[in-house]
Amino acid sequence: MKRNRLSQIFAGVLVNAIYEMKNYPIVLLSTVISPLSLLAVITFVSSGTLLGTAIQGGLIMIFFSSGIALQSDLSHLKNDFKLQDMIVSSPTSSKLYMGGMALAEIVYSIPGLAILIILAGIYLQPSPIQILILTTVLFVMFVVSVAIGFMLSTFSSDVVQSYAFSRLLSLLFAALPPVYYPISYVPAPFNYLAYLSPTTYAAEIMHSATGYLDIPLSRIIVDWAVLLGVGAIILLVAIKKSRWKDV
Amino acid sequence: MAKLECNGLTKIYQDNRKALDEVSFSVETSGIFGLIGRNGAGKTTLVRILATELEPTQGSASINGLNILTQEDKVREKIAIVPQEARAIRWMTPKQTVFSYLLWRGYSMRDAKRLADESLIKLGLQQYANVLNSKLSGGTKRKVLIATVMASEAEVIFLDEPTTGLDPISRRELWEILRDIGKTRFIFLTTHYLEEAEQIADRIGILKDGRLVSIGTLAELRKSSPYQYSIKLPPKTQVPPLKDAAVTVSQSGYTQIMTHEAEAFSIARLLSEQGIKFSITPVTLDDIFFHLVGQKVRENHET
Ligand SMILES: Nc1ncnc2c1ncn2[C@@H]1O[C@H](COP(=O)(O)OP(=O)(O)O)[C@@H](O)[C@H]1O
Ligand SMILES: [Mg+2]
Repeated sequence: MKRNRLSQIFAGVLVNAIYEMKNYPIVLLSTVISPLSLLAVITFVSSGTLLGTAIQGGLIMIFFSSGIALQSDLSHLKNDFKLQDMIVSSPTSSKLYMGGMALAEIVYSIPGLAILIILAGIYLQPSPIQILILTTVLFVMFVVSVAIGFMLSTFSSDVVQSYAFSRLLSLLFAALPPVYYPISYVPAPFNYLAYLSPTTYAAEIMHSATGYLDIPLSRIIVDWAVLLGVGAIILLVAIKKSRWKDV
Repeated sequence: MAKLECNGLTKIYQDNRKALDEVSFSVETSGIFGLIGRNGAGKTTLVRILATELEPTQGSASINGLNILTQEDKVREKIAIVPQEARAIRWMTPKQTVFSYLLWRGYSMRDAKRLADESLIKLGLQQYANVLNSKLSGGTKRKVLIATVMASEAEVIFLDEPTTGLDPISRRELWEILRDIGKTRFIFLTTHYLEEAEQIADRIGILKDGRLVSIGTLAELRKSSPYQYSIKLPPKTQVPPLKDAAVTVSQSGYTQIMTHEAEAFSIARLLSEQGIKFSITPVTLDDIFFHLVGQKVRENHET
């Protein structure tokens, strides 16, 4: 029979996002809370001056957490429901399954994303060039975090595969580094520590593109290089190590 | 052509545990094949290898002429599985469960919807179609998973312990359903309930410590068993002298003698002459299994 690839991707979006949102509407609220609560704190403490960077921080957090969440969702569906075994023994390819699941994570974040995009439209009023830069950075950020999620899912440790662990990673990489405010606010030596997180590079590019951070072009080039380089390396490791069939 | 064939399948897990040891057999891919064995015998390992989920260490197999290692993608077009301990996803309804699986297999939305409805009706699940899986009883949840694989075009369906943990009534209901499915497709099921294999399997394989020790129809298994008859004596009965037989005494004091036809009838004659009460029956799958596997499966078997 002729198989419809769109159906095969959409199935993942349904199972991993839409059905859960539809049958348990409360989850809609929880996906909005964490990016918006940090946004509110930063905005109030800065008397509104950092609303622009905080919106961008919220976007980074959403894309980063979504990729990381993929890992624990995949483990949950594989270990607790044996869904992945059912899919392996079917005509669905690993790429379509994983692709659908990853897309689902974005769909799951749509409520928070929608609010942030509306806020961005009102307060940042980005030009087409800025929109292009921001979406590219966010997309790369998402790919990096999906790759981190995949790499972690190759560790068969219960701790690593737990929801608690992915929440910890989200906080560590999306709340602690300077993504909700410019890195120029962070004193030495902590600003050096911030560069351990890939989200810092993403934030620097975005904050400078929107005029909240004044850095030379050379640094922006380095930021891109690091972001793309780290992403490529993690992605390669993840693809190499991840297994569809068990051994 | 229409056969499932295994050739020296061996599986040694990474911790060096040998779960399958040169398993070779061939069964027609029609009706129901029941693979029985105690926990840890290697049933799940064998099923997962055949369903292309797990690499064997050695050996190969084919399903209807397609090699499970070199023609993996083609095999996956033809099969479906409900893994051991698979569960219907909590946050979904039966209808959503079947529908999404069909989308994964590449059906259009319209076809998936129609086939999902049909399959739920066939399994008598229409009144639960839109109830959350988490609210269904254990037996109904299991039926949802069977409706899921059934709805697809798969012609070979693997069910790993489909009735484990169900109450006797749900189990019987499932047997009816499986018998019905077995009329049009091949079901490869594993179980440790011997009664289940006896009731619904057309052919039976017995796995012991990773080796296939017997395979065939129940009649064939009986024939190839060293003993074909079973005689039961009430407690405190003097056991007559035996030439070639296996004797077990149960906890309740009943003695069971398993032996071949000639000896069974001579013992029966002797017992009747002495006016001793006894029963004589052909050996059951339980008896054969007990004899081959040499381990207790029923609590009343005691050596
Ligand atoms: N992933 C695994 N790693 C190591 N050993 C395993 C694994 N899965 C199963 N085993 C071992 O292989 C043997 C057969 O297991 P299994 O195929 O699950 O048997 P069954 O399904 O008949 O209960 C058991 O001894 C079990 O402990
Ligand atoms: Mg098993």
